[in-house]
Amino acid sequence: MALLKMKFPLQRRVRLAQGLWLLSWVAVMCGAFTFCLGIYLKTELLRRAEVMDNSEIHVVPNILILVGIASIGTNMFAGRVCQDSLDPARFPRWKPLLLPWMAVALLLCALLIASVVLSYCLQGSLEESLKVGLRNGIRFYRDTDVPGRCFQKETIDRLQMELRCCGNNNHRDWFEVQWISNRYLDFTSKEVKDRVRSNVDGRYLLDGVPFSCCNPSSPRPCLQQHLLDNKAHFNYEHQSEELNLYNRGCRKALVDYYMGLMNTIGPGILSVISMQLSVMVSLRYLQTAMEGAEALENPEDESEGYILEKGIYETVAEAKATTLSFFKFGTVEAETTDAEKAAPESG
Amino acid sequence: MALMPIKFDLPKRVKLAQGLWLLYWVSVMAGIMIFSLGLFFKIELRKRSEMMDNDESHFVPNLLILVGLIACGANAFGGKVCHDSLDPAKFPKWKPMVKPYLIFCCFFNVLLLVTALFCFLVQFSIYFALAEGLKNGIKFYKDTDTPGRCFMKRTLDMTQIEFRCCGNNNFRDWFEVQWISNRYLDFSNDEVKDRVMSNVEGKFLMDSVPFSCCNPGSPRPCIQHHLTNNSAHYDYDHRIEELNIWTRGCREALVAYYGGMLNTIGALVVAVVVLESADMAGLKYLTTSLETMADPENPESESEGWLLEKGVKETFSDLMEKLKSMGKGNQVEEGEAAATTS
Repeated sequence: MALLKMKFPLQRRVRLAQGLWLLSWVAVMCGAFTFCLGIYLKTELLRRAEVMDNSEIHVVPNILILVGIASIGTNMFAGRVCQDSLDPARFPRWKPLLLPWMAVALLLCALLIASVVLSYCLQGSLEESLKVGLRNGIRFYRDTDVPGRCFQKETIDRLQMELRCCGNNNHRDWFEVQWISNRYLDFTSKEVKDRVRSNVDGRYLLDGVPFSCCNPSSPRPCLQQHLLDNKAHFNYEHQSEELNLYNRGCRKALVDYYMGLMNTIGPGILSVISMQLSVMVSLRYLQTAMEGAEALENPEDESEGYILEKGIYETVAEAKATTLSFFKFGTVEAETTDAEKAAPESG
Repeated sequence: MALMPIKFDLPKRVKLAQGLWLLYWVSVMAGIMIFSLGLFFKIELRKRSEMMDNDESHFVPNLLILVGLIACGANAFGGKVCHDSLDPAKFPKWKPMVKPYLIFCCFFNVLLLVTALFCFLVQFSIYFALAEGLKNGIKFYKDTDTPGRCFMKRTLDMTQIEFRCCGNNNFRDWFEVQWISNRYLDFSNDEVKDRVMSNVEGKFLMDSVPFSCCNPGSPRPCIQHHLTNNSAHYDYDHRIEELNIWTRGCREALVAYYGGMLNTIGALVVAVVVLESADMAGLKYLTTSLETMADPENPESESEGWLLEKGVKETFSDLMEKLKSMGKGNQVEEGEAAATTS
């Protein structure tokens, strides 16, 4: 019992071929769209590569780019097959390639599903990578004279201003590192000497944050220094002050940003998968209908199209038998050669 | 002597009609592009209207939107005429409309050139609007509790951050206004009292700038306060310090931004004028070649197409005579009427 059998008179076959040709070109566009999405996601990840420690998350855009290119080629091939399908002279040369094509198309769909799943699973890895990257960024903020790290300050400042965030978890991360370089500290001043001696590592720690943490929406000009000292500023209470600096930590801001990006891309990828599946199904129908038509005496008669020649279980059983016989074929040959060798010896 | 006559046979006419149809659809795209550029410019003006005191003139973007819509409509009509031109059954209904359409296109091209001119000239108006608007913006920076002005601080901060600029002409504009609200000043403090009494109007002036003037590219954490006092900061000389805060004024930055946008739009409008002229020339050739067919019944007959039936001078003098005779016609009629009444 064939799976999902459908009757195909000549007119319907022609319509199927034409419709599938159009569909395959739409699928080519979808492939290009997937490629562009992959490039976009990769550029966004590379933009903030300086605050990321590892690049595990890059596997998602890499898969999208690969699948995009592959699906452009695959669907162009499908379009070509459609174009030749109604010509009985040219169609036979494509016939042996159709089964491998199905396998490739199925693989592409599987890869796309994998990329969607990975984008959710790798969220933890992204967060870890950002945690380490931002911690290093804040630690090396002051090293504007060290080659290789001299742009760390500008990167962190721009990141905080663009994403409206401050520090790794929150603004107190800045209290734990020395973010003013020693070049700009007057070591003859008593205040500086006191602060440096007040901790074991000899760092100049203060309860201040860089200017990029300032929130422009605050009604008050930004308070950056002596944040924990209520008396240092008029009418200021650090426990209830909310608008002065950004409350969000940059790690959370970046993770939210990237997850939002992938959530937007997700539905697009799912629609590309469904488009590819519909191309596959239509091509299978076209292939079986054409093969059925060839077998008839009058090629213009009605033929049947199906997805699987026999039912699912029978097809699986047949496939198992074929693979087993493939392996057994090797062992049977060995036995017969042994028997042949033994026969002349005994004979 | 016709102007630039060209001989046309059937394949050439067909090619001309097809090419012209394509060109008209490209012109429709160009019309859509002008429309969207007008819309974009309008949105950009609205976004920063607080920097221009909310009284900037929206004449140019409105004109661009109108011109874009007219271009779409006119070129779609032209495309339809081309599409029907090779069908002898459909073309006659368009024939009488071609001449008024070409005259309309002429005036439309003049309107496009005027629009391009306005695009270049409006930059002056924007310059003055910005000068006034930024001055007021800096003045009202502290009024975050006054309704109607409470977002001026945020807008000005975001503008200075986005456009990498500080103040109106430069950062010293901040030294001349009180940009910290009295709500946050401790009037029992001696320093505050000194500063307030040091000037006639009782304003708390300082040589400091807001945080949005800071340059993230500076190797040193930002110095905002006591900018002109070298001894207030370690290893600091305000005369040679360049990277600490943005040195450009916001008026210059915004004028450069809008100027670039307007120059591009003006150049594109001029390109569209060239495109429209090509459309007009093509349509004239097509219609004249269809009218002068040697044998109207035989579609394969040869014909000739031209831009003007007579030379430029003769056409011009014909036009002048027609206008004069129109004027004289009225006079002759009046004379007769006067004669009949008297």
